Amino acid sequence: MKYLSEYRDPSVARGLITRIRELATRRWVLMEVCGGQTHTIVRQGLDELLDDSVEMIHGPGCPVCVTPLEQIDKALRLAADPSVIFTSFGDMLRVPGSECDLLQVRARGGEVRVVYSPLDALELAIRNPSKQVVFFAVGFETTAPANAMAVWRARQLGVRNFSVLVSHVTVPPAMIAILSAPDNRVQGFLAAGHVCAVMGWTEYEPIAARYRVPIVVTGFEPVDIVEGIYLAVRQLEEGRHEVENQYVRSVRREGTGPAKSLVAEVFQLVNRQWRGIGEIPGSGLGLREEFADFDAEYRFGLGTLQVNEPAECRAGDVLRGRLKPHECAAFGCRCTPEHPLGAPMVSSEGACAAYYNYGRFRHTQRMGV
Amino acid sequence: MCLGIPGRIVEMHDDRGLLMGLVDFGGVRRDVCLAYLAGTVQPGDYAVVHVGFAISKVAEEEARRTFEALRELSQLDELDWMREVAERSLAGGRAGE
Repeated sequence: MKYLSEYRDPSVARGLITRIRELATRRWVLMEVCGGQTHTIVRQGLDELLDDSVEMIHGPGCPVCVTPLEQIDKALRLAADPSVIFTSFGDMLRVPGSECDLLQVRARGGEVRVVYSPLDALELAIRNPSKQVVFFAVGFETTAPANAMAVWRARQLGVRNFSVLVSHVTVPPAMIAILSAPDNRVQGFLAAGHVCAVMGWTEYEPIAARYRVPIVVTGFEPVDIVEGIYLAVRQLEEGRHEVENQYVRSVRREGTGPAKSLVAEVFQLVNRQWRGIGEIPGSGLGLREEFADFDAEYRFGLGTLQVNEPAECRAGDVLRGRLKPHECAAFGCRCTPEHPLGAPMVSSEGACAAYYNYGRFRHTQRMGV
Repeated sequence: MCLGIPGRIVEMHDDRGLLMGLVDFGGVRRDVCLAYLAGTVQPGDYAVVHVGFAISKVAEEEARRTFEALRELSQLDELDWMREVAERSLAGGRAGE
């Protein structure tokens, strides 16, 4: 029985770090696919502490960072429409589109509101029947049940002036895309704890088996992450490749049934562009035909937009683990959280923002390429 | 974005067929959808709440510890959004509304 207090005890983390060092006969390459984990790893310097035993690659685990530019531009277009109240989670407001961001649209008179929950956006629609209320439905599987419920609820209550701009992504297809790349270096994964709290981990079992990689479902606190790394390294050293659950206090193999059911009722798998990475087949969620009335792209006839990615931003290389944030020429000078070139510098969960906020730019020479 | 904040369920009610509840997050209270945990939670229980939805039940000690850890890790963005929304009286209802 593990006592909860152990998760806060630095000596437990130190003990685990020592065990990882003793266990590792070579330097293993692991990837975390959760922005919260990236934030913790960089903030606590866990990757630097373990640098001789493990290289941590910060994967595409930040939904803000992977939302494709085209969807951002569609959001900007909707937000500028005088008939629309555009609603979004707070961390999307400063993500740069082709020409501006949502904050700038708001400054020019667009009605852009931060909501805490998609149900707040629905409530706003009920209270403003003369307006069209659009919610920017982004996120991974953790957020999908909330956004699915908002759409389901809008239909149930007959709220005709509510719609969603959907840019949902799912983790397993992204892992497969990373593992299938010819230059892949990832030997094991930390899977995102709360994604698995909803979905369980059965989807990861065939991936672990086919690509022969350990996948450890891991929480987001420092000791969780060190323990997740320990379990992954132990599997690698023993030649095992299984799905293992570090985050036992929140995650069960089957996930949360009612949430999965409603997601499946409202959404279907679609191909999705990941910003900086490209299209990954079956990696997104889109509204099912029965809920098409609530699709903002359909309601406002948005079609396909031409987009211009900033040439200097190398977010794609960062998200695929080919480049550490501070190895980018624009990092910390032409790209900062105040003036970001790309989304990973915007979100607190983005690898670039984490490196910037926790002073990694000072170590450019020492870390090298 | 996937973190979620643990809170204590203060009361539960049915809102036009949807199970909702008032949840206390270290003093900040708001309505939360409990539909995904229906039948497994009651007032006094703790749950991890993500963008207004309870996604997993947690023990009290775990909830307190996680809340503090999130504070230390500066990862309470969701709580900031919650406060911003609450301040504009847009939170979508209070207990008994």
